[in-house]
Amino acid sequence: MVASGGTKRRVLMLGWEFPPHISGGLGTACQGLTRGLAHAGVDVLFMVPRAYGDEDANWMSIVGANDVRERVEIANEPGPDEATDGGSGSEHVDDVRGAPSSGAARTTHRSDAFHGETHAAADDEGRVLPVPRIGRVREIAVDSPLVPYLDAGGYRTRLSELVSGPLVRATAKSGGAGLPFATLGESATDEGVGVPGEPEGWRDLAVRIGDAVNAGVRFDERTFELWGGYGAGLFDEVARFAAAAATVASRERFDVVHAHDWITYPAGVAAARARGVPLVCHLHATEYDRTGESPDTRVLAIERMGLTSADLVVCVSHYTAKIARRRYGVPPERIRVVHNAVTQKEQRAEWHSDRTIADPIVLFLGRITFQKGPDYFLEAAAKVVAERPRTRFVVSGSGDMLPEIVMRSARLGLSENLFFTGFLRGKDVERMYAMADLYVMPSVSEPFGITPLEAMALDVPVIVSRTSGVSEILANALKVDFWDTDELANKILATLEYGPLRAQLVENGREEVRRMRWELRGEVLRDTYEEILR
Amino acid sequence: MTSLVFYFQVHQPRRLRRYRFFDIGRSDAYFDDAENERILRRVADKCYLPMNALLLRLVNKHGGRFKCAFSVSGTALEQMERWSPETLESFQRLARTGHVEFLGETSHHSLSALADEDEFRAQVGAQSDRVEELFGRRPTVFRNTELILSNRIARLAEELGFRGILGEGADHLLGWRSPHRVYRPEGTERIKLLLRSYKLSDDIAFRFSNRAWSEWPLRAETFAHWVHGLPDEDRFVGLFMDYETFGEHQWRDTGIFDFMEALPGEVLRNPRFRFETPTEVVESTDASARLDVPKPVSWADAERDLTAWLDNAMQHAAHAAVYEFADRVRALAEKGDDRHLRTWRDLTTSDHFYYMCVKFFSDGDVHKYFSPYATPHDAYIAVANVLADFGARLALLEAGEAGDEADLLRPRPAIRLSTPPARGEDAAARQETR
Repeated sequence: MVASGGTKRRVLMLGWEFPPHISGGLGTACQGLTRGLAHAGVDVLFMVPRAYGDEDANWMSIVGANDVRERVEIANEPGPDEATDGGSGSEHVDDVRGAPSSGAARTTHRSDAFHGETHAAADDEGRVLPVPRIGRVREIAVDSPLVPYLDAGGYRTRLSELVSGPLVRATAKSGGAGLPFATLGESATDEGVGVPGEPEGWRDLAVRIGDAVNAGVRFDERTFELWGGYGAGLFDEVARFAAAAATVASRERFDVVHAHDWITYPAGVAAARARGVPLVCHLHATEYDRTGESPDTRVLAIERMGLTSADLVVCVSHYTAKIARRRYGVPPERIRVVHNAVTQKEQRAEWHSDRTIADPIVLFLGRITFQKGPDYFLEAAAKVVAERPRTRFVVSGSGDMLPEIVMRSARLGLSENLFFTGFLRGKDVERMYAMADLYVMPSVSEPFGITPLEAMALDVPVIVSRTSGVSEILANALKVDFWDTDELANKILATLEYGPLRAQLVENGREEVRRMRWELRGEVLRDTYEEILR
Repeated sequence: MTSLVFYFQVHQPRRLRRYRFFDIGRSDAYFDDAENERILRRVADKCYLPMNALLLRLVNKHGGRFKCAFSVSGTALEQMERWSPETLESFQRLARTGHVEFLGETSHHSLSALADEDEFRAQVGAQSDRVEELFGRRPTVFRNTELILSNRIARLAEELGFRGILGEGADHLLGWRSPHRVYRPEGTERIKLLLRSYKLSDDIAFRFSNRAWSEWPLRAETFAHWVHGLPDEDRFVGLFMDYETFGEHQWRDTGIFDFMEALPGEVLRNPRFRFETPTEVVESTDASARLDVPKPVSWADAERDLTAWLDNAMQHAAHAAVYEFADRVRALAEKGDDRHLRTWRDLTTSDHFYYMCVKFFSDGDVHKYFSPYATPHDAYIAVANVLADFGARLALLEAGEAGDEADLLRPRPAIRLSTPPARGEDAAARQETR
């Protein structure tokens, strides 16, 4: 696309990537949107948190081998025995220009080649066609343990996994009074992590970031409580990521900032203000979706800050748009709905022969959390098994409700029918879908829900909760109210028993999913950018 | 002379309740009669009663120069008898004027003409008996469910003694020919075919309240003016529509009642025009040409074919599964137990299959409007569950354990998972060429 001024647009995307750490819809959506934008001719500067500790995990590249990938490291206050310029030892490391002498932000080029100008896309018949890629994608990885859906307690766990050996508590350079993050974080000794509460200063985070930027305060001059090089608490780390974004913003050119969910909102605000460009906040899931009626008020404060500071809020569904309006007070004229899409697949046959169990398999795949409704899946399973004992149920995923769900399944007498696979990644996810006869997404509150589309792309019929964004756009899916486990069980049984129903759902569903293409979403987003840049 | 032939379709299906898998073997309460009663009473209040009163006024006012025809399905008659006898009486009052004709159809608004000719004859015969009993005259003109017509169906009607049959004046059927002439379907000897003039019919039935329509608001003078502009050689204009057009599809505040009140007077201003019943046209007119209807044509959707009822895998499978029971319920009835035959006939009603139509992503607001289900898949699930229970109960009776329904606890459903024919028309088309 050529913008009205004749220049190509460039977006600083503050997003998420695929595994190693499950990111579900968020990583998948960011990957799809980035590809879609590139297809639509927008250059994407894709900034993503990635912990050094994950270096050798087989994470999936979000971009092709033809893309520049670099890593930004926000250096902490160096210890007395450390060189000030951490980058000087490697030819792959550049100083970030503008970084203060007191602490270096480094970028590491991981893959410098920029090869061909083509990438693959499929046409309506599913044939793979080479199409010219107009937009370029450049990835900037920030050394950070942040992953999607993290809460304060989860952050602590993750940190202890990543930082082996004795944890070293350090304080980054103390910049003096008035610095934006001095009073914000939990300290390393804060035992109250994960408990909803509102420490002083959280509500004003946006204002503080903005004020600090406006006052010319450098982000790398603020104070952190650090632990093993990372923010000691989740909110410290969120602020640290925001500082990294401001640093990147100071040396890159871009027309718009696009941030995905609350963890990146402070970074989005910081980058947009540092550069004086518009901010788009993408809403994939809210704290209310994740926790029901017991939200962490600190997270709520950051969400509200991001959503009300944004020039436009992109919601993944009308369902989510309603939450943005009602719960966060975003004016309707600043909301746009862009539904997610699905990466096209033709892999059913590849996995088809893996099936070793004759009994039908009903699958739940997702985080085992309140939001996903695994307990309703269990209740329905018990009702199905009472009618049809030879039915297998599989629960794939991990999450805070897993111990409870395992206990519950035993109490319901489902031990012979219900199986837990734990967390699946990569190809195992597709294999699991392909082995299933039916996929169920009984979410209590699902802003979108890409997984049913992935199942449908692999010829698996699906039942989805009506309180999901995806149910707005799906015609060839069965729909239930998550709490109505009688009806859920009825529909599970009907799908397993009635071949014509299955055939109808699978055949028409396959066609329907093929029409949901990220390329189309990318075009809509591009036009949305133009709308606010006009 | 050119005649206006008004024909109104009156039909209510016996809708199923959300019969669940867990109900199989535990409950034979298939129908949601509370909902059926609620809908019938509502439609009676908004449409049947006020419109019947209006038509009676028109017949009296014009001294019999205004005439019209009805087809009231057997399921609708039964519901009126149960829940709104005053509605039935008002239809009888219209019949007694001698200027309102009641047509023949299948008693259960079924697709039996396509699936089972024996059942078709039985349902048509039952309906003729009922109409004669209630309205005093045995039907002489036939209209099949949803105006579904083919050469074969016309021949079946002819064999049953009907002198006329109604059909859709579809473009693909007529080509350059006019829908305003009397035709004879290929392969028939005597029966005459009266076609629906779809443009003029839909001006009233669909477009009347559409504010985006260039002719809105349509006045009776305007419509009469269009009619008066028709050529001399046009024998009749078939204005065929759902009776619920008046007061239910087009609400009272659209002015639809006032329009109908004024229309006969406006039309009769020109002495070249009059109103006639279908039988009067058929009796007084020779067929002008033969018309070949090799494949069934209906009045539904843009396609004017069977795809509203028999298109996708669910529709074909469910419809075939219903007719699998035909011989068994008839055999039980011959032994003196017709309970299952009566229940089964309520399952043959075409609406159950219409609700399973997935075309509503394109054509479909109409389907959605008329469906009690959230999705077509829900419609299929309810029917499939009912059929599983019905089959289990039949099997029990046939095994000679009649009556003890406690034994039915938890039979496994016996729905066949066979693949349906690609098109519902195959079976009919094969018979067509016989």
